[in-house]
Amino acid sequence: MSAAAAGVEARLPIRSDLDLVRVRQHVRQASATLGFGLVEQTKLVTAASELARNTLVYGGGGEVEATMVGDGRRAGLRLTFSDRGPGIPDLERALSDGYTSGVGLGLGLGGARRLVHEFAIDSTPGVGTTVTVTSWTARAPRPRGGF
Amino acid sequence: MNDDFPRPGAVSVPVLRLGDVLLVTLQGDLYDGMAARLQQDIAQAIVDSRVAGVVIDISGVEIVDSFLGRVLAEIAAHARLLAARTVVAGMRPAVALTLVELGLTLPGLRTALSTEAALELLGRADAARPGGPHRDAR
Amino acid sequence: MAEHETAARHRTPENPGSEVGAFLRRRREQLAQRWADEPLFRTVFTVARDEAVEAGRVVVDALAQVAGHGRVEDPADPGFTVVREQLSRMAAARARTGLTPSRVSTEVDALRVPADELLVAELPDASAEHVRACTTALTVLMGTLRLVVMETALSEGEALIDRQRLQLLEVATPVIRLWDGIVAVPLIGTLDSARSQVVMETLLESVVDQQARFAILDITGVPTVDSLVAQHLMKTVAAVRLMGAECVVSGIRPAIAQTIVHLGLDLGTVITRASLADALGYALRRLGADIVRAAPGGAQAR
Repeated sequence: MSAAAAGVEARLPIRSDLDLVRVRQHVRQASATLGFGLVEQTKLVTAASELARNTLVYGGGGEVEATMVGDGRRAGLRLTFSDRGPGIPDLERALSDGYTSGVGLGLGLGGARRLVHEFAIDSTPGVGTTVTVTSWTARAPRPRGGF
Repeated sequence: MNDDFPRPGAVSVPVLRLGDVLLVTLQGDLYDGMAARLQQDIAQAIVDSRVAGVVIDISGVEIVDSFLGRVLAEIAAHARLLAARTVVAGMRPAVALTLVELGLTLPGLRTALSTEAALELLGRADAARPGGPHRDAR
Repeated sequence: MAEHETAARHRTPENPGSEVGAFLRRRREQLAQRWADEPLFRTVFTVARDEAVEAGRVVVDALAQVAGHGRVEDPADPGFTVVREQLSRMAAARARTGLTPSRVSTEVDALRVPADELLVAELPDASAEHVRACTTALTVLMGTLRLVVMETALSEGEALIDRQRLQLLEVATPVIRLWDGIVAVPLIGTLDSARSQVVMETLLESVVDQQARFAILDITGVPTVDSLVAQHLMKTVAAVRLMGAECVVSGIRPAIAQTIVHLGLDLGTVITRASLADALGYALRRLGADIVRAAPGGAQAR
């Protein structure tokens, strides 16, 4: 990982559709705290929703780990979704735009990838899948108070 | 922590009848089960009340992911089979941008800026077909 | 910390670093009082002298900590962390009065003189070599402070440029209300990815604010359209439609039209018009307004 990890900020289970709501609310709150703009917040929350649903539906459940990161100039939020499901045999196909068909493995993966700044996937058939995404705040920090 | 969230089935989306139009107002964060039930409720309401249109106000919805997007599209498709037309109203800019980036442009879905505009859209189309066959506004 | 002190002891037997640190802690009050009269503090903290003195104390404390670590030459020493923000604001305040970076640097350097005097006055009986070792350590330390100030001032400057760049993007994207329910964005100049993003967001926001049924994107002033720009245009059109409005792209010059065909891009679903006027006419007609020319004599040709 390039940026200095600043420690895990939260670890949430993904076991039901209520957990999806919790993941969305958590990502919304964390990204707002970090100073993401409204559109970037919405994109990240939506990506998290897609990936969490993948974890739930295709991975048979798992968890997400949220980490606040920084590269010295910007703040970022890194989300790692992991499951011990069947894995994805054909990653390339899963990442291609199958979202319109609405069926098959890796649903929403390609879409989620377009909504974040960094995207990495690691999947081993029979072992599980880990998807890590990171988004950064706009480069310019907010004007500081004082003086 | 579990108590902060409504249990599935404990809350449902209100479906309001307004003349020959069903008005559905979505608010906040819907969990999947709730969205799926909404789909059934609307279909049932169309059958029961024989309305000609459905307006789904999503101005209070902060995110629409591919699941909810598909639910909206399916509601519209289903309503069409029951001879009712669906208008999704008030989608927020950030939500629209995200859906487009996601690749979900929902081409079959009719949209309007607000509930009023949606009702107007349905009403105008009605006026254009006095007793005649269904004609599209577009 | 013990590790750093050991390292310092290895370098110089007398360990001038921690001696300077101890000196700073001892003379904290006098030094802060003297610094409060120096231009850097005096001109920034104008409301009350106490404020300047307090700011001075904080800087002395930080320097004492850095010296105590035996890392007088290290601008990255954690001892500086607590004062970085304050130093950057001081430098920024001086820069705002029109001071060049080198003048600010000189003002920081001026803080060394009173510190030097106090240090030498404390060592009347020490050997010349001891005095030299200590003053050298202090000089290096103050040089490091100067570096830290310049560093924070620079990154502050970069942040300012970033902010201004964003503001410029917004200024360069005016949304014009052409009619009740019709907004337009005339785009001028090259569209890069960052700017396209701002254009999209600004246009969509204005659609909501104005409850505009039509949004016109006029690209008459855009010299070239590559596939990325075309993609952004199509995304904007799609997003506007999702919100319940309609987007019209106007001003596609023949050369650009040719490029679009060459790129094999399908603008089929996008409504286009040759000029902004044509686009406005289209939107007005769709809104149910008729445009009529006044006939000579005042009667309306209808």
